[in-house]
Amino acid sequence: MPYGGDSMSVLNVIFVLWLRDMKRFVRAPSRIIGNITLPFFMLVALGAGFGRMPIPGMQSPNYLSFLVPGMVGMTILFSGVFSGMSVLWDRQYGFLKEIMVAPVPRVAIVIGRIASGSTTGVIQATVIALFATALGFVLPSPVKFALAVVFMVLISIIFTGIGLIFASRMKDEQGFGLIMNFLVLPFLFLSGAFAPISNLPAWVRAISCIDPLTYGIEGLRAVLLGSSAIALPVSFAVCAACAVLLILTGAWFFETSEAV
Amino acid sequence: MIAVRTENLTKCFKKLIAVNSISFEVSEGEIFGFLGPNGAGKTTTINMLSTLISPTRGRAEIMGHDIVRKRNDVRHSIGVVFQEPALDSRLTGRENLEFHALMYGMPLHERRSRITEVLSLVELADKADALVETYSGGMKRRLEIARGLMHRPKVLFLDEPTIGLDAQTRRHIWEYVKKLNEDTGITMILTTHYMEEADALSHRVLILDHGDIVALDTPAALKDVLGGDVMELTVGNDAAAFIGEMRATSWIKKTVAENDMIRLTMEKAETRVTAVVQAAANHGAVLLSVSVRKPSLDDVFIHYTGKTIRENGGGNDKPRGFRHHGRR
Repeated sequence: MPYGGDSMSVLNVIFVLWLRDMKRFVRAPSRIIGNITLPFFMLVALGAGFGRMPIPGMQSPNYLSFLVPGMVGMTILFSGVFSGMSVLWDRQYGFLKEIMVAPVPRVAIVIGRIASGSTTGVIQATVIALFATALGFVLPSPVKFALAVVFMVLISIIFTGIGLIFASRMKDEQGFGLIMNFLVLPFLFLSGAFAPISNLPAWVRAISCIDPLTYGIEGLRAVLLGSSAIALPVSFAVCAACAVLLILTGAWFFETSEAV
Repeated sequence: MIAVRTENLTKCFKKLIAVNSISFEVSEGEIFGFLGPNGAGKTTTINMLSTLISPTRGRAEIMGHDIVRKRNDVRHSIGVVFQEPALDSRLTGRENLEFHALMYGMPLHERRSRITEVLSLVELADKADALVETYSGGMKRRLEIARGLMHRPKVLFLDEPTIGLDAQTRRHIWEYVKKLNEDTGITMILTTHYMEEADALSHRVLILDHGDIVALDTPAALKDVLGGDVMELTVGNDAAAFIGEMRATSWIKKTVAENDMIRLTMEKAETRVTAVVQAAANHGAVLLSVSVRKPSLDDVFIHYTGKTIRENGGGNDKPRGFRHHGRR
């Protein structure tokens, strides 16, 4: 008798993929440190360094608090996109076959991967936000912080999804790293993580408006700082729509990918 | 009932035809051997049948489910033991099995008992909670077989199940495979490039070479085709005249000369040794060794392809550049 096939088994699959990644994550924690090194030093160098400088177009009380949502977004961007690497490792070490030969909907495989990618992303981002308090950043109320976590999850889904889509088609780690670096930088620098997008020339701003990270970071600013260049409902709607779109696209890519 | 049926199943990788329009049927409960050198298309066929890659042309069914249109039903019906370990080495043996059980939606109570059951079957119960990275090659392979059986598949694929294992572990695995088939009636598709393995396990053997079916029958029938025993001679000098006479001798059914090796096929070879040695002496051929044996599948392979399986081999069972390097 074949087992499963119902919605229970979909949840099981998401859970077991998440659980496996969490076990691996806990057993090799060095990855976390690697991922948060860059935002950590950026907060110190830029946040503390430029902290007292007035920057035109910025609604925040100081540069550090303006920068914190940007660094939280950047941490999630990096962690999300590179979680696609785990698919490549699984392919290289054969485990991907075990996953792909199982009678489970591909969308469950994608959501399971995204769930674990988001968990690690949110943990890392939270570490960065907490570290920022040591530099003088003031955390908002727990309710607002919970809203910020919602945005963190959405950003995670988007960028983990992008990483997985590329990983579903690529076999070679170096090539994946190269393409991801090539993608990450425009996402990051056009998103207004470092400087208000209102200061950008109109044509660059137009590109920023199609960068989902822009909405993610502005959403984080809205809930963490109470002021943002894009209205909170707009940021939320765009992030949520992108997240759904990427889950579905990711499932299609996994459905049609070859596992060997 | 038919467990596996293929019709003109074909897979091309760019210009290379890895599997060339093969058609065969496997009955339920059968152990069906795929024999062929590396690169013959065995793994590619398994990958198609197990839904990991799509066929270029042709079709196939597992337990009546089409491998392209009914992938999920196919996936429910099969278990796969892959050629390279497909285990997560950062998890323990038990965790790998738990992962599998959850992926296949096994209910909790059954999961526990089944894990215990398959672990004892492959004698890994005492190592179940060690990380897989500490396992030996044979233990990993046994764990994979245990995993492949956990969800009680109808058809189990074993892709080179004993490759790289020592002789003792190999025999062990053969015993498991046979016993399993006898006890559970599970259909098994086994690929191997070891003749003895195909001979010892399979009810029927399909010989594959360069993506083509070369022969398909029971091991005994395949050997019967050769028409008798094999006398193998090694010669120390140029023995053209001697080989000529052997070819002309009526009771020798087949003469194959390959480097310094001459293989003669005949009935009751043990009674013909003197005659052959005498003929060699007459033609001045220096015989270094003479041996007589019952035919093996190796001889069958030579009969159909004109070469030994070993000289055919080398490399990976995949087109070049397709496979990623650097495994653990």
